[in-house]
Amino acid sequence: MAEYILMKGNEAIAISAIRNGCDGYFGYPITPQSEVMETLMLEEPWDSTGMVVLQAESETSSINMLYGGASCGKKVMTSSSSPGISLMAEGLSYLAGAELPCLVVNVVRGGPGLGTIQPGQGDYFQACKGCGHGDYKMIVLAPNSAQEMYDFVDLGFELAFKYRNPALILTDGVIGQMMEKVELREMKPRWTDQEVIEMSPWATTGKTPDRKQNVITSLALDAAVHEALNHRLIEKYKKMEEEDVRFENYKCEDAEHLIVAYGSMARVCENTIDLARKEGIKLGLLRPITLFPYPTKEIQRMVPQLKTIMSVELSAGQMVEDVRLAVNGKIPVNFYGRLGGIVPSPEEVLEAFKKEINK
Amino acid sequence: MKEEIIIAGFGGQGVLSMGKILAYSGIMQGQEVTWMPSYGPEMRGGTANVTVILSDKKISSPILSNFDTAIILNQQSMDKFESQVKPGGLLIYDPNGITRHPQRKDINIYSIEAVDLSAELGSSKTYNMVVLGAYLSKKQIVEMESVIKGLKKSIPERHHKLIPMNEKAIEVGKEKIIEINKV
Amino acid sequence: MHTTMDIKDIIKPENKVYSKTPVLLDNVMHYCPGCSHGTAHKLVAEVIEEMGIQENTIGVSPVGCSVFAYNYVDIDWQQAAHGRAPALATATKRLYPDKYVFTYQGDGDLASIGTAEIMHACNRGENIVVIFINNAIYGMTGGQMAPTTLMGMKTATSPYGRREDLHGKPLRITDLISQLEGTCYVTRQSVQNAAGARKTKRAIRKGFENSAKKKGTSFIEIVSSCNSGWKMSPVKANEWMVENMFPSYPLGDLKDI
Repeated sequence: MAEYILMKGNEAIAISAIRNGCDGYFGYPITPQSEVMETLMLEEPWDSTGMVVLQAESETSSINMLYGGASCGKKVMTSSSSPGISLMAEGLSYLAGAELPCLVVNVVRGGPGLGTIQPGQGDYFQACKGCGHGDYKMIVLAPNSAQEMYDFVDLGFELAFKYRNPALILTDGVIGQMMEKVELREMKPRWTDQEVIEMSPWATTGKTPDRKQNVITSLALDAAVHEALNHRLIEKYKKMEEEDVRFENYKCEDAEHLIVAYGSMARVCENTIDLARKEGIKLGLLRPITLFPYPTKEIQRMVPQLKTIMSVELSAGQMVEDVRLAVNGKIPVNFYGRLGGIVPSPEEVLEAFKKEINK
Repeated sequence: MKEEIIIAGFGGQGVLSMGKILAYSGIMQGQEVTWMPSYGPEMRGGTANVTVILSDKKISSPILSNFDTAIILNQQSMDKFESQVKPGGLLIYDPNGITRHPQRKDINIYSIEAVDLSAELGSSKTYNMVVLGAYLSKKQIVEMESVIKGLKKSIPERHHKLIPMNEKAIEVGKEKIIEINKV
Repeated sequence: MHTTMDIKDIIKPENKVYSKTPVLLDNVMHYCPGCSHGTAHKLVAEVIEEMGIQENTIGVSPVGCSVFAYNYVDIDWQQAAHGRAPALATATKRLYPDKYVFTYQGDGDLASIGTAEIMHACNRGENIVVIFINNAIYGMTGGQMAPTTLMGMKTATSPYGRREDLHGKPLRITDLISQLEGTCYVTRQSVQNAAGARKTKRAIRKGFENSAKKKGTSFIEIVSSCNSGWKMSPVKANEWMVENMFPSYPLGDLKDI
């Protein structure tokens, strides 16, 4: 029988890391995600699975520890919240440039600056449009429950290694701090040294006589070489868009209007859909699960049946730009957002929706 | 079955752990649950509140603006949440420290003198269990058996010897609840 | 009777008096003639060969002139962001505790942008070796002032000489590092002549041996010249280093436990 544990989303991240063969966690405390490292330190996984857990001196250092660990072909991860991810921007760009797999969790808080520790979705641009310098993308997963926090650690690593690219779990304090029941899936052991070499023959595992040296770098001063690297990255991102778009539809079959929302906001909007349906409004919900690659094609598929679309976010309007790109001017795209850590109620979203369509 | 509850009071009253025990009790009988706290600087000595939802079906929004039940343990929470109880819903409060008692006539209102009762039990730590008992006497949403299982799951093993006392506190709460307004 | 050897004779194994370690690759180095990096690279490669640890050594190169260290030393390398090499090395060593892990960093990298990373790695006592090339200047970016630039020294960003009121005094980071309890061996060496190179090689070897014994961090500063950045001939740069750098950065062990 499946074992269910009541746990916070943040705790689920930690427990899942241990149970999914993660080799190393490197982090720095910041609210509202400190439970991730606290849980790991309590669990002492170095004694059970051999997983390394280290509190670094800064987020800059933790992301570069990931660079080192990922260079070794190991499954390494960190977690932080918005200001910490800003500090990691440098490292993320290097990781993407050196084509290294790793998992980063951002439990987003309100910004800019020190902002608030209350939930927010204002880091969508940072996550999806490349938060560091250069032309790169991260795989971005948006869980909406403690169970998905647990499951997306494994999925994040799977996609990160499939593409040799950083994967980021974009979530917020609602999902991180909320407790729900979580099913602990079957344990996955850490890869053995031999499995690491087979999985990642490019990794710095020590130069043996049977192969040339492995060098992990994002530096390519030769223009032609560097352009080729950029093209390789672009091909990779295209493949992600073809093979790994994930989303969920709620009551969309006969929908005449659509709300697009992700993560915690999607949970709230599900109630909004139910409220609207009670009033006879044919409203559906599209929940992007991958924010990059974005479910552009799914939106385009639905456009002919729709009168309007509204993006609902805990931001000043970020994902709405991707919705507009997908819709390409064919129907009106509206936006409703709350800021400062305020999460609107399902009723409030419904009122906002009605106001827009009655304009 | 779906029950949406807000538990609100001061930090240190056991608001969050009471919610956690309730949520675990739900899991023990196969229900879906969410436990959503207010977090942040408020956690440190100020007001604390938690929204707990128990349901037979998948729960969508963990954040609500109206509740089936409000359990209110200080004046600030009374001011904030009395109006958010659904008509016909339930409000349970501890009158200790309350200067403005609830006034609504369209909801069921009960009081529980949990400060005094837990003192009589010999441990102020049973406070939240007295309140839980009062609540369970009005809403039998979870079996007592599940509550005991939930208690075992949510408190560390080294404290399991305290379970009988908590059980007793729940019983006291069930008995001593006082009706204020009934619709 | 006088005989002359032609090239074919000279390269015969029995006639060879010196050969390059196979751990050094055949690539032509990009360093300026007279630069200390080439010698330092060779010493690292020789130690790796002599200890027989080529298969078990992972190097972390910095940002700076030695960013391309991987083109010359035939081991697995990670190339770090500016100043972050000790963070990479920390994770690598912890994930592969039986491997030898070292960073190779310059003074701009280690003593300026990377001060937090080096301090904390050394304080944690990571079982790594740090090779710190101190030439008192940013070489690769074109000769700007470094934290280790001497008072009065002219650089691209201190064109009239380093001034205390503007820039503060030179940072003797190796002295700070020696105070950290995680370090087991902190030494300052130089490669400006054969004797210096021999001593430096012994120091590097000791660092790697300390790693194997899990004694903590070994930190080896190599006081170096940058004749291009200093705008001197190689010979003059060497003389200038002895006269001016050594009084500020005196050679010898600061700590050996």
